[in-house]
Amino acid sequence: MCKLIAVLLLLLSLPVSYVQAKVIHNERSLYRNILVEDEGDLRCLKFNVKSTKTQQSCYSKSQPQQLVFNYTKLMMASLLFNVEPKRILIIGLGGGTMSNTLAQLYPQSQIDNVEIDPAVIKVARDYFGFHENDNIKTFTQDGRIFIKRALLKNQRYDWIILDAFNGDYIPEHLLTKEFLQEAKALLSDNGILSSNTFSQSKLYAHESATYKAVFGDFYQVSNRVNANRIIITSKNGFTDNPIDPKKHNELAEKLADYGVNIKFIYRSMVYTKKVQNWSDNARILTDQFSPANLLNTHE
Amino acid sequence: MGIELLGGRILAPFFGSSVHIWGSIITVFMLSLSLGYLLGGKLSTRSPSLKIYGFIFIIAAITILPIALFSQWLMEAIFISIEDARFGSLVASIALFFIPTVILGMLSPYSVRLLVKRSNESGQIAGKLYFISTLGSALGTIITSFYLILLFDINVIIYSFSGLLASLGVLAIFIHKARLQYKAELSHV
Repeated sequence: MCKLIAVLLLLLSLPVSYVQAKVIHNERSLYRNILVEDEGDLRCLKFNVKSTKTQQSCYSKSQPQQLVFNYTKLMMASLLFNVEPKRILIIGLGGGTMSNTLAQLYPQSQIDNVEIDPAVIKVARDYFGFHENDNIKTFTQDGRIFIKRALLKNQRYDWIILDAFNGDYIPEHLLTKEFLQEAKALLSDNGILSSNTFSQSKLYAHESATYKAVFGDFYQVSNRVNANRIIITSKNGFTDNPIDPKKHNELAEKLADYGVNIKFIYRSMVYTKKVQNWSDNARILTDQFSPANLLNTHE
Repeated sequence: MGIELLGGRILAPFFGSSVHIWGSIITVFMLSLSLGYLLGGKLSTRSPSLKIYGFIFIIAAITILPIALFSQWLMEAIFISIEDARFGSLVASIALFFIPTVILGMLSPYSVRLLVKRSNESGQIAGKLYFISTLGSALGTIITSFYLILLFDINVIIYSFSGLLASLGVLAIFIHKARLQYKAELSHV
């Protein structure tokens, strides 16, 4: 009986947390449901009502430059390897927080944002203060097509941020060996590619093996809460001591303003040359074989 | 349907995974099936036989092979010459899937012709055929999307479909010959 009451109380208390979060915008786009929620000082973009995995982007209304989301902070670890990216490509816009932060950090840099869903771009502009100017452009296109076309135009980027995945669905053509080779070809000489990924169960090994096959050993930082990890790869591979301590300190100071403790993140980074937590015989994902979503749910 | 489902995966590297990909693929499949039905019906009026039926299977088996063999350079050429991904995916769908789907579409009306002996049973036979072919499509879709893509390369699946069609064609021709022989023996007796 006591248990029953406890359960009932728990059920009653659940809706309260939903009441606190106020949905201020709700639309069904070509690709997904888009929700904008206000919860106190926090404004969040969500792609699905039920799942907490799909919180795409959050920002603090009173301190818009603070990075709220854990993974965006982790993403900044890439800067340890390439401290002054002049040309940045972001695949997957979300609320545009990554673009906004980088624009503040590097006002002279050129930032190209690529987002498949026009509704997401509009929401980022209307509700998240997504900022565009002559240096910051947005393209409504599939990420893979953008990269293929950019290659034809002989463009190069110093930093490519791949943020097109979420916990619910993975665009399978952005996870294959062929795609990663195309992205690698688009990197400038010391270019860095960072991916925000959500691989679980079987996909983890396949995805890791594919990145290693294309880029060699890489760095990774994981966030165990919602199974996402940041994979940081380099066009030319990493040397044994890729991080200059002086630059590390400079960067730490700079990023502190954004709520990022880069020294802490650095300590949780893992180099796959030293620690590899997947089996070597995992099959590589290719355009011919890429059942990423099936693998991600297949236990 | 199995091929239609693979179509999306074949086109994605060049034309993305936007909704227009599926628009292109479904349009091309519907268009070519409708043409196939028309042509198959027409063909069935001229001395229909199990032999011709078998040959249609074999031609279908051959015409799906280019999907595996030439899709890469074909899509690359289309990608370079057509900037708009919508029309690019439409042209690529036509180039890859139009001919084999027209030929596969011919099979349905031809089957009706071969199976119907008396006109009063034509509705029932057509009904059974629709039942079998649509059920087959449903199974092809679910088996391909749930299991085949988890186990095999796309090209391996295409080659297997081709092999299956070719074997069915050979089987039909074989049955046709066996029947002829049987009839010949009967008439000798």
